[in-house]
Amino acid sequence: MSSLEIKNLHVSTGDKEIVKGVTLTINSGEIHAVMGPNGTGKSTMAKAIAGHPDYVITQGDVLIDGKSILEKESDERAREGIFLAFQYPSEIPGVSIANFMRAALQARMAEGEEIDASAYYKRLYQKMDLLKIDRKFTSRSVNEGFSGGEKKRSEILQMALLEPKFALMDETDSGLDIDALRIVSDGVNSLRGPNLGILLITHYQRLLSYIVPDHVHVMIEGRIVKSGDKSLALELESRGYDWVKQELATA
Amino acid sequence: MAETASDRPVVAAALGGFTPDVFARHLESAPSWWHERKRAAYSRFEALPMPGRTDESWRFSNLSGIRIDGFTPDAAPPAGTAAASAAFSLAAPPMLTFVNGRLASRGELPAHLAAKGVVVSTLSEAAARSPELLREHFMAQPQKLGSAKFAALHEAFIADGAFVHVPRGVEVDMPIVLIHSASGAGTAVFPHTLIIAEDNSKVTVVDHFHSNDTLGQFACGANDLYAGHGARITYAAAQCWSLETLSFQFNSTVVRRDARVQSLNLHLGARQARHESLSQLQAPGGFSEMLALTVASGAREFDQRTLQIHQAPNTKSDLLYKNVLLDRSRTIFSGLIIVDPDAQKTDAYQSNRNLMLSEDAESNSLPGLEIQANDVRCTHGATSSPIDADQAFYLKSRGIPEKAANELLIFGFFEEVLCRLENEELHAALRDLVRTRLGR
Ligand SMILES: Nc1ncnc2c1ncn2[C@@H]1O[C@H](COP(=O)(O)OP(=O)(O)O)[C@@H](O)[C@H]1O
Ligand SMILES: [Mg+2]
Repeated sequence: MSSLEIKNLHVSTGDKEIVKGVTLTINSGEIHAVMGPNGTGKSTMAKAIAGHPDYVITQGDVLIDGKSILEKESDERAREGIFLAFQYPSEIPGVSIANFMRAALQARMAEGEEIDASAYYKRLYQKMDLLKIDRKFTSRSVNEGFSGGEKKRSEILQMALLEPKFALMDETDSGLDIDALRIVSDGVNSLRGPNLGILLITHYQRLLSYIVPDHVHVMIEGRIVKSGDKSLALELESRGYDWVKQELATA
Repeated sequence: MAETASDRPVVAAALGGFTPDVFARHLESAPSWWHERKRAAYSRFEALPMPGRTDESWRFSNLSGIRIDGFTPDAAPPAGTAAASAAFSLAAPPMLTFVNGRLASRGELPAHLAAKGVVVSTLSEAAARSPELLREHFMAQPQKLGSAKFAALHEAFIADGAFVHVPRGVEVDMPIVLIHSASGAGTAVFPHTLIIAEDNSKVTVVDHFHSNDTLGQFACGANDLYAGHGARITYAAAQCWSLETLSFQFNSTVVRRDARVQSLNLHLGARQARHESLSQLQAPGGFSEMLALTVASGAREFDQRTLQIHQAPNTKSDLLYKNVLLDRSRTIFSGLIIVDPDAQKTDAYQSNRNLMLSEDAESNSLPGLEIQANDVRCTHGATSSPIDADQAFYLKSRGIPEKAANELLIFGFFEEVLCRLENEELHAALRDLVRTRLGR
């Protein structure tokens, strides 16, 4: 049982403060949805937790099992169990999915240990079958020329292979048609379990009827302004974010 | 102008260690059929000046790094030199292995190829068997890229070299691997590969240049590629000299009607390396694909000069040179496309891309066009950019440490060139060499 604690997190890029004091604890086994309008700082928060160098944490802390991870480079954070499923995954020409994932798994091995190639491929193919991904996919360059759905499926495939403790899933539903959404959601649900905590970022309720969250938080202008259970998502769906904003203004 | 006393040291410096006595000694060991040509070459070497600051063809080059003294030609390999156990993972055994310029071992050409008249031999053997081919093709093309002096030096001091002759209509179904190695401190080698692919033949030749130690050597090599009508040559050269070596390599490619030559030069070794490559598209339908990949580290310099000459209509050339620069390294790319007046419908492309892994590294690009025909398509471009921060973050966010992430991005950058090779085994073997180099 692990916990990811986000404590009074402030994040700036350039000299603009984007995330203005977010506090949130995710325990393994839980799914927390963070919802909010575009431009509110959801991606910024996720990238800062994952260690993107463009996002500076000016205040607050992020801890895994009580230990701060802020001094660690992004690759170390990943090896400690953080996984960011990107809203906009990068295209990396010339690097195949197979080599990419192999390097990622190799990085988790002890010094001098080599991954067993045949076991690796077996596992890779098994996860691909789960996500209904064609075998030919492995030799394609990472995200290059992928459709929106392929990119998202590739993110989930990586997550399935790397088995993180905490996944920050940023708009995993965007750009997916209904079939792709179902495949991706089934993939995520199959990974769900007592050893994984998920922060699910979305601005549509749609995803949450496939991946049902334990907690829902509303983020507006860099702050979490309201938290509740899955019914909050439905309420947002019918009443919109303006409702929360008005509530804030009158409070 | 009358020679004055003060000119003499300049002349001496222009010869480096390759003085007339050294040349005389070299001649004693060279076969007599070669003497006349070698004497003429040595005279040219003597007469030509060292490159100077104002030479356009040496612009940006570090001339002070080009010292040719202190090197010994015809050096016997030190005792215990293994016969070049090159870390080159190709299944085909090397056909010829040269150590310090002389043949050290040879592989057996498969009987079905020998039966069709394919010849893989030394130049000395070729001189006895087919002197007319040597006369026609050995160093027969002009030196237009600035190193006429060093090309003359090559011809004056060459000990031996490789000769590949594929008769008309014959397809060679395995890569012909040639190894040129150097051993010992201060050794000078003059490797040569001559490939003659007669009409409608097809062949893949791989040159592997490497040092048997980490000492400083001088390599001054050349290759001549001739593709007859409809012939197809794939030529790959892996330059893995020691990191202390001074390397010159001069390529001449002649492309006849409907022929196609693909050459890929992988530059991994040397302290300072100059590579000159000349493609002459002499008849309609000819195509030359010129590829190069370079890994530059430390304070090394890689200086590449190219010339694509379109001498006939409907010819095509496609050049893609990619450099990876680390530390304080430097690269120079100077490429010229010339289109002759009647070479209409020329399609020429030239691109130099530099991936900068260090802010202290320096890449220089000098692209050029001289077009005298009016109905042509010529494009050129050069770029220089650091590692993409988002790509690097993406890789690191999966737990891949920076060094391994950069390595993946370097491979990704090179892949565009490597995947142009049809032979996947060769592709993988070259990639392995890059991996070994980056691991150092
Ligand atoms: N790298 C960046 N440089 C400058 N501004 C940025 C950068 N990333 C995000 N922002 C700004 O931060 C704000 C929040 O963006 P983001 O975190 O992407 O929001 P969300 O994911 O909630 O839609 C926006 O105003 C956006 O323009
Ligand atoms: Mg976002």
